[in-house]
Amino acid sequence: MPGKKIRVLIAKPGLDGHDRGAKVVARALRDAGMEVIYTGLRQTPEMIVEAALQEDVDVVGLSILSGAHTTLFPRIVNLLKENGLDGVLVLAGGIIPDEDVPALKELGVRGIFGPGTSTEEIVRFIREEVNPSAGSGHRP
Amino acid sequence: MDDKEKLDEIRKEQARWEETTLQKTLNRFPERRDTFITTSSSPVERLYTPLDIADTSTKLSTGFDYERNLGFPGQYPFTRGVHPTMYRGRLWTMRMFAGYGTAEETNARYKYLLEHGETGLSVAFDMPTLYGYDSDDPQAEGEFGKCGVAVSSLADTEVLFDGIPVDEITTSMTINSPAAVIWAMYIAAAEKRGVPMKVLGGTIQNDILKEYIAQKEFIFAPEPSMRLVVDTFEFGTKYLPKWNTISISGYHIREAGATAAQELAFTLADGFEYVKAGIERGLDVDEFAPRLSFFFNAHNDFFEEIAKFRAARRIWAREMRERFGAKNPRSWWMRFHTQTAGCSLTAQQPDNNIVRTAIQALAAVLGGTQSLHTNSMDEALALPSETAVRIALRTQQIIAHESGVANTVDPLAGSYCVEALTNRMEEEAYEYFRRIESLGGMLGAIERGFPQREIAESAYRYQREIDAASLTGQRTIVGVNDYLTEEPLTIPILEIDREGERRQRERLARVRRERDNELVARRLEALWEAAQSTENLMPYILDAVRAYATLGEICGVFREVFGEYREPVIL
Repeated sequence: MPGKKIRVLIAKPGLDGHDRGAKVVARALRDAGMEVIYTGLRQTPEMIVEAALQEDVDVVGLSILSGAHTTLFPRIVNLLKENGLDGVLVLAGGIIPDEDVPALKELGVRGIFGPGTSTEEIVRFIREEVNPSAGSGHRP
Repeated sequence: MDDKEKLDEIRKEQARWEETTLQKTLNRFPERRDTFITTSSSPVERLYTPLDIADTSTKLSTGFDYERNLGFPGQYPFTRGVHPTMYRGRLWTMRMFAGYGTAEETNARYKYLLEHGETGLSVAFDMPTLYGYDSDDPQAEGEFGKCGVAVSSLADTEVLFDGIPVDEITTSMTINSPAAVIWAMYIAAAEKRGVPMKVLGGTIQNDILKEYIAQKEFIFAPEPSMRLVVDTFEFGTKYLPKWNTISISGYHIREAGATAAQELAFTLADGFEYVKAGIERGLDVDEFAPRLSFFFNAHNDFFEEIAKFRAARRIWAREMRERFGAKNPRSWWMRFHTQTAGCSLTAQQPDNNIVRTAIQALAAVLGGTQSLHTNSMDEALALPSETAVRIALRTQQIIAHESGVANTVDPLAGSYCVEALTNRMEEEAYEYFRRIESLGGMLGAIERGFPQREIAESAYRYQREIDAASLTGQRTIVGVNDYLTEEPLTIPILEIDREGERRQRERLARVRRERDNELVARRLEALWEAAQSTENLMPYILDAVRAYATLGEICGVFREVFGEYREPVIL
């Protein structure tokens, strides 16, 4: 269906309060014509997955700068799967060391955007990966 | 010739210069772009002259008023510095923000830094500690020791400062919501070593307002949080005369994306709010104001940053004297710590960060900072390695001992450019003060999301400038959007001992097992009672800490009594 907006959930898992990047990305995606929902801070994996279900999103963007991604991301991705949201594109941004990237990709985090990424790059990546007209499997 | 005639003469000459010499050059060699802007996106003029700093407050245009704008260092309005001799007397304190993993690991890092010439300590706590959770709390999962050191009880604090002369060195602690508790742990640890609290020197950040604005590590709502802050003012005034009970921080506001003027304005507006709160409690402004300290960011734009520091001192002195009626010159002093801008560091070509940090540190020193943290080159990637942190410290030492800038006081004073930027910075800050006052002061402004929105706007604009740099040439970040290389990352990254978490949990379990649990219960009960009243909570917190009540238990009492705060989501 042409004109259907890509729906994105931007989430801040864990305790860290650094929300500059999350907010900038949210604004950029909105300006690029996507529907963006921002969770706010200190979200547990359960809260994030619940929001993804409620909001029927195509994309979940996780922003984390505290280093807790190794613990939290697997829980989020697995919960998404358990809730039938396998089709959702999961992205991550923040401070994620190179050495952690292969394991996260393996897990199903398809795009990892570190410091210095341009917002255009993220927009482009999402547009290429999500084809809203084909549906993500759970959309009406 | 009087001032007005002189200025008219310069104006005439400048017009002539523009028409002849300048125009000829511009015709042949156009400038690199149409407009030049600072890091904060403010316009920068081609040339600054006496016209740009002339006093235009009255109809009679007069020259730069030295006495009113600058004065002498160590005297009102302190534009040139808070001390008469500045760094000729004593260099700034070289205070490296450090902490990771367990108290043992961090203690070793402190000793390493002191061995290499650091002159003050600065503690970074991990996320659970910043939120008042013990290391074994379910909320702490995955966060142990990642962003700082884990401190859950007095036992951790004892290890953290083991072998460090707390009676001689000053310690700064970046802790906010649980600041009173962590401060009590420091006091109690010193006490156990026979060091009375009255000799302790240092700083607790304790600046809750900027948490709502920018850093977002709040636990409680503004009102009970402000009460805890004023409790520490009151306690410190009485018992720890050498302690800075707050470090009113612009650093995090800037890191969240604010411009230099926003950083300046919001930080000072926070400062006014704390002064008001202290006065409302019935404290004499001249008793607590001398122990208020500040903390700023040093970003990339050299002159803009220097102007910010100088304007900050002048505004604070004036407001403290004129608005709050402080009579003690020490209340007029703005003393501040500076940290180079973490957000300016790039993950690409991290070696370049050494250079960025050096330039930023130089701005801080030329701006008259009292203490300084220099970031390490690897901090866009991880916590700093030993080698990286040593280079960062050496950067300060080179500025101090080799550059010559520390040999004279406020050497940029009188620069038409720097004075003009200083004036502009001040004007922009006052414009914000007016808007904040119209919202009922900073507390009202925060409630309405005003500073949060202003900062988010600036952050977004800055990112868009970076993204569009190839078109505009206006925001080049070396290694990020220009001068790229394909070289793989080669710098070593700090590894945090994974066994640390287990050892920390064991120590915590031992503390809970071996302490007098009845005593702990009684002291927590007393704290709970006091929290319901309007009594100063510091003595109760201190008693609980002495009995080895944990951070999580004490903050748990507050969570029960005060509730937890959820911010409105502002995008």
